[in-house]
Amino acid sequence: MKPSTRHLVLTACLLGVFFVIPALLAPWLAPHDPLEVDLKGALEPLGGGYPLGRDDQGADILSRLLYGARISLLVGVGSVAVSAVLGVALGMISGYLGGWVDMLIMRLVDVFMAFPGLLLAIALVAVLGPGLSNVVLALTALGWTGFARLARGQVLGVMEKDYIRAARGLGVGPLRLMGRHILPNIMAPVVVQASFAVASAILAEASLSFLGLGAPPGTPSWGAMLAEGRHVLWEAPLVSLFPGLAIMGVVLGFNLLGDALNDYLDPKRRR
Amino acid sequence: MTYLTRRLLWTFPVLLGVMSLVFLLIHLVPGDPVEIMLGENALPADLSALRSKLGLDRSLPVQYGDFITATLRGDLGESFTSRRPVTGLILERLPATLELMAGAMAVAFALALPLGILAALRHGKWQDRLATAFSLVGVAMPNFWLGPLLILVFAIYLDWLPVNERGGLAHLVLPALTLGTSMAALLSRMIHSSLLEVLGEDFIRTARAKGLAERVVVVRHGLPNSLIPVITVAGLQIGALLSGAIITESIFDWPGLGSLLLESINTRDYPLTQGCVLTIALSYILVNLATDMLYAWVDPRIRLR
Repeated sequence: MKPSTRHLVLTACLLGVFFVIPALLAPWLAPHDPLEVDLKGALEPLGGGYPLGRDDQGADILSRLLYGARISLLVGVGSVAVSAVLGVALGMISGYLGGWVDMLIMRLVDVFMAFPGLLLAIALVAVLGPGLSNVVLALTALGWTGFARLARGQVLGVMEKDYIRAARGLGVGPLRLMGRHILPNIMAPVVVQASFAVASAILAEASLSFLGLGAPPGTPSWGAMLAEGRHVLWEAPLVSLFPGLAIMGVVLGFNLLGDALNDYLDPKRRR
Repeated sequence: MTYLTRRLLWTFPVLLGVMSLVFLLIHLVPGDPVEIMLGENALPADLSALRSKLGLDRSLPVQYGDFITATLRGDLGESFTSRRPVTGLILERLPATLELMAGAMAVAFALALPLGILAALRHGKWQDRLATAFSLVGVAMPNFWLGPLLILVFAIYLDWLPVNERGGLAHLVLPALTLGTSMAALLSRMIHSSLLEVLGEDFIRTARAKGLAERVVVVRHGLPNSLIPVITVAGLQIGALLSGAIITESIFDWPGLGSLLLESINTRDYPLTQGCVLTIALSYILVNLATDMLYAWVDPRIRLR
């Protein structure tokens, strides 16, 4: 197996085993109810029937981590899927049509990109109210611009190629040209970007939940778990340690997956 | 038209677009914002009084026009909770955020420069791998986790540094480390690749061939040439710092713009939320403009394009 393929398979497997499968199987893998409240058992250390200990409400940290993975997976992949579809569609239209449509869409991108980092998402959730669907909406508002710029740039490059000229010469219509000839040829960088975007979206969801603007109170989101752990940092530092490690591991995993995909999909870098 | 003129002119439509989007935000509030602000049990008279005070009883185009002209005058309205002008509240908090960002920037360069240079000079060796590991972990580590960890180690266990108030330099260390680490990770990677590229250029070979010491080659010839793209990235990263400051300020109870924004969200003080969002976004646009101008000034190829 080539090194680029080996890296890709390895990172994908690690993410699958430590993140995707536990998230999907959380109801069967979790030893306890993640929403359990038992103040008598609050902050119980590791061991016993609670492998990673219990939080300040007495809930099992491992079970909450497993259910939290579901939220991260859902919000991360969900928001990136919507952003990618919206961004790639608008970027392709922009690059293909050019002229005032291109100018209008790209200025809209500029305006959305003028909001640094999480600010737009924070503002949107602040007015729409907390909740996971609003978080997905806010992260989509944040994420589509990157895909639109990328897709537009790729389309401009591909449009110059002979096979597109040939297809046009044969009378292929714009929709078919975009769907059958351009889209497949711009997908590689979009897939790479999507992997990095999932990492950013997971981090953003955790940030919003940490600020109390994401998942509703009590929901076992990793960011919310960190926010709860802050108040018991002195008595029980482990309550903050595990969700922090989980966020870092998954974000690192998707960033490495992006790098591996980049090497694998780029013929010049493939070894 | 030169690049600089085009770049400058381009800023105005973006500014107008940002103001329009922020204006639309408050009209996105599901239901009646006035009812949300005053609560369910508010009297109809109070509701209509506040509605007319905020100008929400007028037509949307009129409200939009008023909003744009007021914003251009620097008038961001009145805070609903403190009854004070939003601009004044923001100006009070701005120095704390600027101090935090300057500290974070200093931390970022202090960590990134030695790491990036070391990684480039020891390319392929363990120092390089260590720096790469730092940059990967630094980017993935959420600052809302790093902050509490730093508090736990340096403020609680070791009791070396104070926490949770703004004061002298010692108070700035932990918040600046929290905010600056991810930027340091990114910059060290940038410095690494940029320096590596520059060190492979012909003029470096010439410098070595004429017998200059390796230290002089790197510091006098390599580093200045490799820092141009790094400065651009650092400028762009100010956006990440502005956004990261919101979280860092909430961790350390830092009395800046970010914590003002969060307070306004928690108290549903929409005029204040709107003002904070607008101020942060407008500062980001201006910083980007300044970075591009600086870049054009440093690199004549861009200026004359």
